[in-house]
Amino acid sequence: MRHVSDRILMCGNEALAEAAIMAGCDAYFGYPITPQNEISAYMSRRMPDEGRVFVQSESELAAINMVFGASATGKRSMTSSSSPGISLMQEGMSYLAGAELPAVVVNVMRGGPGLGNIAPSQADYFQATRGGGHGDYRTIVLGPASVQELVDCMPLAFDLADEYRMPVMVLADGILGQMMEPIVLEQKPRRKLPAKDWALTGADRRKQNIVRSLWLGEGVLEELNNKLHDRYEQIEKNEVLCEQYEVEDAEIVVIAYGIVARIVSSAVDRARQEGIKAGWIRPITLWPFPTEQISRAANELRVFFVVEMSSGQMVDDVRLAVAGKAPVLFHGRPGGGIPTVDEILDKIKQLTLRPKSRV
Amino acid sequence: MKTVFTRTPTLKDCPTHYCPGCGHGIAHRLIAETIDELDIRGRTIGIAPVGCAVLAYDYLDVDMIEVAHGRAPAVATGMKRTNPDRIIFSYQGDGDLASIGAAEILHAAHRGEQITVIFINNAVYGMTGGQMAPTTMLEQVTATTPDGRTAANHGYPLQVSELLAMLPGTIYVERCALSSVAQVRKTKKAIRHAFELQLNGAAGLALVEVLSPCPTYWRMSPAKAMEWIDSHMTKVFPLGRLKG
Repeated sequence: MRHVSDRILMCGNEALAEAAIMAGCDAYFGYPITPQNEISAYMSRRMPDEGRVFVQSESELAAINMVFGASATGKRSMTSSSSPGISLMQEGMSYLAGAELPAVVVNVMRGGPGLGNIAPSQADYFQATRGGGHGDYRTIVLGPASVQELVDCMPLAFDLADEYRMPVMVLADGILGQMMEPIVLEQKPRRKLPAKDWALTGADRRKQNIVRSLWLGEGVLEELNNKLHDRYEQIEKNEVLCEQYEVEDAEIVVIAYGIVARIVSSAVDRARQEGIKAGWIRPITLWPFPTEQISRAANELRVFFVVEMSSGQMVDDVRLAVAGKAPVLFHGRPGGGIPTVDEILDKIKQLTLRPKSRV
Repeated sequence: MKTVFTRTPTLKDCPTHYCPGCGHGIAHRLIAETIDELDIRGRTIGIAPVGCAVLAYDYLDVDMIEVAHGRAPAVATGMKRTNPDRIIFSYQGDGDLASIGAAEILHAAHRGEQITVIFINNAVYGMTGGQMAPTTMLEQVTATTPDGRTAANHGYPLQVSELLAMLPGTIYVERCALSSVAQVRKTKKAIRHAFELQLNGAAGLALVEVLSPCPTYWRMSPAKAMEWIDSHMTKVFPLGRLKG
């Protein structure tokens, strides 16, 4: 049994930073941007304490390229930012993908487009799950829904990055970053990971190692793209995480991720109390997306209702998963709006009264 | 018969893709010689730029990375901070370092990163077809300055080394040229010094700017290009030690 004393109260940003340190993060590079500044402030204090590296970079471009450099030498490295800064990092994300380098990038999303605002948002779902930068690649995206899950995501993110040699994004939002919750920090055992024999360490009594993403020879890049594609298929097969609640008999299944899933869960509980057969599915990995789980749920006649803090992004993936087998409806609060339990409950009631009419 | 001159082992035994009369081959050799003389191949990591030298790893037999355009000093920062005992050098052209990567070199220098930067200045974008670079000379005709560079339209050639030498974070800045045997020997000395400083743990960034010929996009013979460095480039980019 866990004692109360094992629990500590931390905000999401600081908690994820500590979790990264516990996961063996060797280096953190970052540039200030709200609402994630607690991460770099925390790292600036803790990383030197641990004899590890903290650098405040001159830009997000530089930060992601510092990650690129550290990662190429085999070190576990990360950066964090928020939406506008993540846009600047997309060049580096593409190079990380092309050069097959592991890295962990945390996006504490805020409202957009442009400078947007500093309110919580889920508006970067497309950017995160579609690759974001140029070229044919994917990024593993984790969408935690609580500070504890944010903490648990960090060692997983580093392990996935090392195992598949690719960037992994932890997609949080302004609420998760700022919110304080009781958490338990514990050392997680690492996955069995492949040796980093590709790392640049100096060619000491061995052949030269090269880390590159340029392949000019005819057909060579296609070969790399195919190799990456095969890897992505493996990830889709092996790494999907999602949570389901009372889906079995549900006539309406609400789908949400991140902090919105918490609000949805309260709304679904209230709906059940009022006799409505509601359930929810919460994708934890946003890429790979729980397509199969949702598709299976769509084999029964029921309504799918997607709620996001955006004007509709993940809903596209739900539609692809449902593939026309059932109606998919959407409620979104973009630009920093946060849906309330009452708001979602009202929609659930409307939809279960008149499933295919309006939302 | 006695062999008095051989290929240095860190320079691979293969032809390069560079144009006839290009300076990159000479600069590569000087770096390779330095690495062999200092016996640091086993602890050196090189950074290739975007530009003609993007394939530098095909010629330099050390661990190497190829990075996004201009970002080499940021990548070097990530490498050196996490591996203080490794020797990290970047090899960058003028478009890479002085234009798109101006922020990265400025701030790496500003932070005093303990890295070695070899900055090849040939006053033009070579790989993309000879467009104007920040270092293009006034009146120089390029693919994007068909009537010659003018100060009014395009600004003046950017003197990056002078700029960087002002910063407390640089420990050594020298401008050299590949225009003659004597200048090549001076360049070699400067490159070696820039590596030695890092090897000795000197606190700061060491940069060697190398004025290098691009006969193809200067539209000159290789011999004429060498002369042009002396007659034109060194007037705007004077040779010598700027710092350290």
